[in-house]
Amino acid sequence: MQHPAFEEVTIHHHHADDESFHKKVRKTTILLSVITVIELAIGLSIYTIHKGEDPNELLVLMFKGMVCILTLAKAYYIVSVFMHLGDEIRNMIMTIVVPLMLFIWFIAAFIWDGNSYKNLRNTYDKHFKETTMPVKHGQKEEAKPAAPASGKE
Amino acid sequence: MATTATVHQTKWWSGGKSPFNLEYGKLMMWYFLMSDAFTFGAFLISYGSIRFSQNFWPDPNVVFNAFPGAGHANLPLAFVSVMTFILIISSVTMVLAVHAGHKGDKAGVIKWLGWTIVGGLAFLSCQAWEWHHLITGEHAVLVDGKIDIIGQTMRVNPWGALANHEAVAAALQNTSHETLVNLAHQGNHALAHEQLSAMTDKQLISSINLEELHVRAKGPVAFGGYFFGITGFHGFHVLSGVVINIIMLTMTQKNVFQNRGHYLMIEKAGLYWHFVDLVWVFVFLCFYLI
Repeated sequence: MQHPAFEEVTIHHHHADDESFHKKVRKTTILLSVITVIELAIGLSIYTIHKGEDPNELLVLMFKGMVCILTLAKAYYIVSVFMHLGDEIRNMIMTIVVPLMLFIWFIAAFIWDGNSYKNLRNTYDKHFKETTMPVKHGQKEEAKPAAPASGKE
Repeated sequence: MATTATVHQTKWWSGGKSPFNLEYGKLMMWYFLMSDAFTFGAFLISYGSIRFSQNFWPDPNVVFNAFPGAGHANLPLAFVSVMTFILIISSVTMVLAVHAGHKGDKAGVIKWLGWTIVGGLAFLSCQAWEWHHLITGEHAVLVDGKIDIIGQTMRVNPWGALANHEAVAAALQNTSHETLVNLAHQGNHALAHEQLSAMTDKQLISSINLEELHVRAKGPVAFGGYFFGITGFHGFHVLSGVVINIIMLTMTQKNVFQNRGHYLMIEKAGLYWHFVDLVWVFVFLCFYLI
């Protein structure tokens, strides 16, 4: 099928098929909504864990990792279905996706850098450590036995 | 099977056709969006880097817990979920507008583009409310041995760790009369501001319930700059998307695309709008969920 305006472009996907199109859009909308609801549930779970007496940091970290993966799934569906990148030819997909791979290094390097800066400051800048490190429940009671236990919000 | 084989053997790079099988304008829109993705990515990664360099970062569930008309009710994540759904739905209406354009259905384009614009404006209104609420919020914060009432701005962050009761009781002695009146008023709405103002500092302090007063230390200053900077940059994208969509709507109504024979412009505007939704997915992740 010839493109309406450009001779050098051939349309190979079927825009005209109304029913399958609507089915696909409906499916994607439901999928995005469900993923968002799951993300919100995980966010609220993190809140409940933080509120508790002894937050399980590993569990919080795992939940945060899960939310990141779900977000990537949402991004995939938006780009692939709503932006129709999934319907384009391989050349087109690659010219967008390959440069975006830079993000793998970009994220890893800068998060690592920030973390390393924190570790260095905690080692060599005691004032920074003392003034910014959140006090844990157990530690506070050890340090000041007379102090009333402060309730977390 | 035979057709698939011929399609597979098409020599995309031998000239005479677009190697991406895409018209120029749409391809350039994709490249623009890719560069914009790196801009947003750089902002968000910078935020991540600073956040990893801190020992303490505020819990988003504590910061974003307000809902319009709900007063001081603690509703973490409620309002931002409304904003997220508004953007998802407006993305769906944009898909439908683009689809109507493929079929040359002018009335359909106008209808769905109209709803997309409504969604964009609704999102912007929500963001305006949220910013206003954060900036004008009144939070009791322990600053240099006294209590101050501050909101979330670019310069201060009221979401540090909860201060212990001992430190708060001591700080109340150094707190200004005006702030004490304000704190007493937060706990007891029965008395008017004037009545409270007439009381002495000692009376005010005794009327303040330490259990209800959630006094925090100051949080990391960088929070405000990153939050307002990145959500502001995203909000500006939404605003420009709404303007572009309004222009598309007017052009559709004036039969510009109908006379041209195709609605490819709507597709390019649609790509931009979906990208704005895509960015929000990551802003939502970085600021509200983790």
